[in-house]
Amino acid sequence: MAQNIINKIWHSHVVQSKPDFPDTLYIDRILLHEVTSAQAFAELKQRGIQIRNKQNLLATVDHSIPTDKNRAVIADEIARTQVDTLRANCKETGVTIYDIESSHQGIVHVVGPELGFTLPGTTIICGDSHTSTHGAFGALAFGVGTSEITHAMASSCILQDKPKTFKVEFKGMPNQYFTAKDAILKLISVIGIGGGKGCVIEYAGEYIRSLSMEGRMTICNMSIECGARAGLVAPDTTTFAYLQGRQYAPQGDAWEQAKTGWNALVSDAGASYDHEIMIDIEGAGPMLTWGINPEHAIALSGQTPALDAGGDRATLEKAYAYTGLTPGQSLKGTPIDFAFVGSCTNGRIEDLRAVAKILDGRKVSSRVTMYIVPGSEQVMAQAQAEGLDKIFIAAGADFRMPGCSMCLAMNPDKVPEGKRCVSTSNRNFIGRQGPNSITHLASPQTTAASAVLGFIASEESL
Amino acid sequence: MQKFTTLTSPVIPLNLDNVDTDMIIPAQHLKSVSKLGFGEHVFSALRKMYPDFILNQPAYNTGKILLSKANFGCGSSREHAVWAIQQYGIQAVVCSSFSDIFFNNAAKNCLLLISLPEETISKWIDASLADNTLAMTIDLEAQKISFMGETHSFKYDTFRKHCLINGLDDLDYLLSQEKDITTYEQKHCNLSR
Repeated sequence: MAQNIINKIWHSHVVQSKPDFPDTLYIDRILLHEVTSAQAFAELKQRGIQIRNKQNLLATVDHSIPTDKNRAVIADEIARTQVDTLRANCKETGVTIYDIESSHQGIVHVVGPELGFTLPGTTIICGDSHTSTHGAFGALAFGVGTSEITHAMASSCILQDKPKTFKVEFKGMPNQYFTAKDAILKLISVIGIGGGKGCVIEYAGEYIRSLSMEGRMTICNMSIECGARAGLVAPDTTTFAYLQGRQYAPQGDAWEQAKTGWNALVSDAGASYDHEIMIDIEGAGPMLTWGINPEHAIALSGQTPALDAGGDRATLEKAYAYTGLTPGQSLKGTPIDFAFVGSCTNGRIEDLRAVAKILDGRKVSSRVTMYIVPGSEQVMAQAQAEGLDKIFIAAGADFRMPGCSMCLAMNPDKVPEGKRCVSTSNRNFIGRQGPNSITHLASPQTTAASAVLGFIASEESL
Repeated sequence: MQKFTTLTSPVIPLNLDNVDTDMIIPAQHLKSVSKLGFGEHVFSALRKMYPDFILNQPAYNTGKILLSKANFGCGSSREHAVWAIQQYGIQAVVCSSFSDIFFNNAAKNCLLLISLPEETISKWIDASLADNTLAMTIDLEAQKISFMGETHSFKYDTFRKHCLINGLDDLDYLLSQEKDITTYEQKHCNLSR
């Protein structure tokens, strides 16, 4: 029977399956960061259980670390305890950790792929909902809670009910200012924040095939924002070209053998899915969010929705009250105070290059504070090698050290109360970037153009 | 894990709808990097604010069964809420309904949750508030719960029942599959790094 890639990966990882019981799913890769791993280590220790395959674990620090030059000094006591605990746990158990100044530290979802730790056909978990990023490589990757991290560390398995499968196909040719970020915002605006509940999405179609690995990661990253458990893209030559020669990727004969296996992962012709949707992007331009969750996304050329446009009216009212906007208005020209480029959604080299292209020879508006935060030390080094850092600094942006930074108000980088930020991150929830801060999610290009002009605008307006 | 077959215990009647996880374990107690030490903080804010709060009453506070109303465990997803309840000594929570996330967190930690019709719950809460000596019996094998001379059946997930009766938590259950996992690994050795 014709099978889709999601089911192929699932079936090849089921260790045990019994009626009325969840499947026992084998986990190939476990990614750790400082916020959600401590209790897992503690429980194993308390129960006297060893990590089953410590070579399948990889840790780094990202969420709660500062991103200033002096980042080794963590003022916040809880953050410091979390980071020190992870360091001690890794040292004690022999788990590989890419700590600051290791040249590979960074946001866990940026680091995994760039080390070739993320491979097609693997199952990957991490105590972070944006683990879906790794799906860009044709991996089944999802966020889990601390209990499941413990389970996987001890047994290399977790218990999971088989997800439903959902095929999302982008159709048509968008305009030149449309990016992967705009594609995922468009999808979420169509199917809603619960539209992918219980499903793993396969992103397909010519548009997806045309994207770089960075673009595919941006799309898979935000799968969770429509409620999906994971999102993935079948591997192809773009995937292989990205992975070849990376530290943990197979080498030599093993590489050729692996590629044969990865090619076989592609969904069979005629494979069926539980759900399918076609998203028309013909002629589409940049998107951005106006409200308080990622489904509140509109075309930058469009207007904010009427209160009776559908959806929950109370939520829309709350969103307008919070963002200080009104129904039926254009977002273009709305003054902004902050611009943030970074995060596991858009903190990769391609994103920084796109921003540099816009900032080159221009200045960030005097009313705007702009943070550009590379997703990893590797991204930072590459940006420096290409001279992007000089462009950022000349433009008046703050080019910072790698970490999650202003995405989640869990470290010193926050948007102040009442301030408006155009951000390349993934969540525009109330208070996400700081108490009472207002977030507009957008592409790196839209963020950079808005930073230059001092108000919401697309690259086209420059 | 301790096996759960039958339990007879006095009850702690918590006469509230929408008991949220912030009430169960306030945020200031979440700083720990260990999974222990939460029991003493269970409902700490309510205990502090209301001297006659049910857990401040010696006649009730040793019960192993918590009785409450609708949408128990709503709010933040913190798994600490389940740990706090268990570490306090409570082995079962009986309510008219539970929030989804709390339900899943409880399942992962072998905290038995039983849902019963609202009328039954209200009646039982009133009765136990009037008489602190009333004991409840839960027979998980038979999926029966008895109180005030009445016996009701309750629904329970097959897998979760298997785990509780055999004293397995998810991790024990996974580790019991050691042979299958090893066999799997031998067949799929190409996946490891």
